[in-house]
Amino acid sequence: MSKIIGLFFLILSTILLSSCNDNSTGVTHGKKHTITIAGSTSVMPFIEKLSEHFMVDRPMFRINVQGGGSTAGIMACLNKTIEIGMSSRQLKQGEKVLNSITICYDGISVIVHPENPIRELTLKQIRGIFSGKIKNWKELGWIDRKIDAITREEGSGTRGSFEDLIMKSEEIYDGIMVQDSNGSVREIVATDPYAIAYISLGLVDDRVRSLSIDGVSASLVNIRAKKYKFVRPFLFVTNGPPNKIVQTYIDFILSVDGQNIFKKEGLIGI
Amino acid sequence: MTKTNFTKEHFVKSVLTIFALSSLLFLFLIFIFILFEGLPLFHKIGLKNIILGFKWAPTKGSFGIFPMIVSSFLVTFGALVVGAPMGLSCAIYLSEYSGKKMKMFLKPALELLAGIPSVVYGFLGVVYIVPFVRNYFGGSGFSLLSASIILGVMILPTIISISFDAITSVPRTYREGSFAMGATKWQTVYKVVIPSAKSGILASFILGMGRAIGETMAVIMVAGNALKIPTSILDPLRTLTSNIALELAYATGDHRLGLFSTGVVLLVIIMILNYIANFGMKKKVMK
Amino acid sequence: MRIKPRLVDKIVRVCLNLQALFTVGILIVIVAIIFIKGAPHISLGFIFSSPEDMGRHGGIFSTIIGTVLLVLLSIFLATPLGVGTAIFLTEYTKESVFTKIIRFGVESLAGIPSILYGLFGFIFFVIKLKMGWSVLSGVLTITIMILPTIIRTSEEAIKAVPRNLRIVSYSLSATRWETVKKVVIPSAISGILTGVMLSVGRAVGETAAVIFTMGSSLRLPTSLMDSSRTMAVHFYILAREGISMEKAYATALVLVLSILLINIIAYYLMNRMISKYS
Repeated sequence: MSKIIGLFFLILSTILLSSCNDNSTGVTHGKKHTITIAGSTSVMPFIEKLSEHFMVDRPMFRINVQGGGSTAGIMACLNKTIEIGMSSRQLKQGEKVLNSITICYDGISVIVHPENPIRELTLKQIRGIFSGKIKNWKELGWIDRKIDAITREEGSGTRGSFEDLIMKSEEIYDGIMVQDSNGSVREIVATDPYAIAYISLGLVDDRVRSLSIDGVSASLVNIRAKKYKFVRPFLFVTNGPPNKIVQTYIDFILSVDGQNIFKKEGLIGI
Repeated sequence: MTKTNFTKEHFVKSVLTIFALSSLLFLFLIFIFILFEGLPLFHKIGLKNIILGFKWAPTKGSFGIFPMIVSSFLVTFGALVVGAPMGLSCAIYLSEYSGKKMKMFLKPALELLAGIPSVVYGFLGVVYIVPFVRNYFGGSGFSLLSASIILGVMILPTIISISFDAITSVPRTYREGSFAMGATKWQTVYKVVIPSAKSGILASFILGMGRAIGETMAVIMVAGNALKIPTSILDPLRTLTSNIALELAYATGDHRLGLFSTGVVLLVIIMILNYIANFGMKKKVMK
Repeated sequence: MRIKPRLVDKIVRVCLNLQALFTVGILIVIVAIIFIKGAPHISLGFIFSSPEDMGRHGGIFSTIIGTVLLVLLSIFLATPLGVGTAIFLTEYTKESVFTKIIRFGVESLAGIPSILYGLFGFIFFVIKLKMGWSVLSGVLTITIMILPTIIRTSEEAIKAVPRNLRIVSYSLSATRWETVKKVVIPSAISGILTGVMLSVGRAVGETAAVIFTMGSSLRLPTSLMDSSRTMAVHFYILAREGISMEKAYATALVLVLSILLINIIAYYLMNRMISKYS
């Protein structure tokens, strides 16, 4: 019996190893053009959608998309682990060696549970909540109950943009809960009536409610009218100029078709 | 031995030696890599500043992991509070009170419980335990309490099986002697069996602790991951393992080294726990 | 008033009974929830089609393949290495400082949390060796992770083989390897296989070490250098992001059923080997 098992493994591994080609940073595996894209969890769902569209007519392409956060994507790009990094914040000093391409724009929205009666907050109040100075909903006109604030992890582009655009020089309090993706933040706000958090505007759905800040509601109209100022670019970063295969993909993203998909999903085209 | 036998033997021995050395290489690779990457920061920043430091802000130069060390121990003790009484009772029941049928049913049940992936526990924790804690106790639900409950259930199989082994290895003569003196079953268990099995039972608790302190996915999902030391069981907290998982993907330079240093601390804690547990069990055997 | 010992005895008996039922009850509740909420969404289509729209629609086929690839290849690498090491330690060497060091290493590593394997695998395989997020990085990491368990259980199983069997074999002028191959291993096989199945179960449910090394691509892996998801990783992402509760429960059910199946196979193999060789 052990002979049969051994033979089985031998055959299996032969099949698998024969489909493995050289491991140069992934341009061609077998007959497929493989592009690995990683980074911002804000950008990821949209790129996943776009990639599905892209691959429909181009079966020789294989696009691997994964999250990890903007900084993770930028790091992976610097390490040449991946071809394209996704970022939802501007590049910092040491990262500017990378080639960056703006693919669309997105707002940052402060969200609460649909049952929360509060519809708007001032910038100062939001800063107070996330810096830990305002701890109870009664200070904002609701019931006597602790505020369950949630922030993203340090490497998040959304957090980086939130800190740049909204917190400015105030630090986010370290007693606040941390989650490592837009999706998980949204999930918590959708289930906890006393939660408040910030996520990508494009990912707001009907399970959470977006707040107005200083009287301006977070809508695409207000963003285009430059009234809602909390907007950040979504970037693709590459290490050096993109090769032909990667460029084909980038061209699609920047094309009318690609941009239309962004717009349909609630983002701002370039 | 014929000549072909001799070369064959030699060949086999060489192959096995290569296998053993390769295994060694792999095993020590991870060991040495973590130590190699994790120790320099202790030298650069100082052991005290890291282990007793209160602030973890690695991009700004603070590598204090004390709050996370405390949080790791808190969830571990919480897990024991939840899991040890239940586990020990189950082990006693299994060994002293249950019939063959119950045993046949319980043992596979325990193994299945042990096999359920931690992410499934974490998920059920988020969907059921977190709202329960939020609605009946307060806070956001993502808390030390929720993490303790989930981890307590997760370490049950460990505690039950090792305590069971310890209790069943108490010699029958001990029990018979006790019955001969007119003691009831419970008196026997309480005054004779358990004290004899004490070190094995304690070892099971310590191994349960080792399992709890190393758990990552379930804790990330239910503990809230806040950086401060919790001041109540309803506060969110971040353990050493969660911290590594949350920051691994984007940490570079000293920040990355800081995660390895966290890994070294974890390694040391777990090795100490394992040592205590094994020492305890050996003591029992020698008795 | 002193309570009669017999009464205490009866009360305790009832309490312990309840306690045991409660513990079993937890298991039943867990499995029941997953079954009730997941079963309606499982179909042949679910098993054989890949995820679409980030997992909102479609099935889990690519993740099943990812899991199978990861586990089979890891077992394929770790079992010969682990069993060979165990044989080497017990049959081919004398007790020495060298063997003590190896045993210490194996014991310590058996308790390492999986996130540390993820940390190691990510930095060493994905970044430093430039393998990227790939099945290969995942396999190498998981192999190292399950190696201590296989070595330890194999060693225990081999040590449990009675010395007499070996002595008899040698007295019939068998060589060392012949003895090992025809006498020791067959007697120890049930213990060895138990260790292997234990490792399979662990690898199937593993998330922390896998997500950082194999990545989380939704596509079907076509080569070892492709990134891919395992069922456990897919489940974690579905559940955490709130992408689809139904698909999450369904994936959890497939996971739990797989592990149940692995446990059953392990029992079957163990019993078969015991009856065959004892």
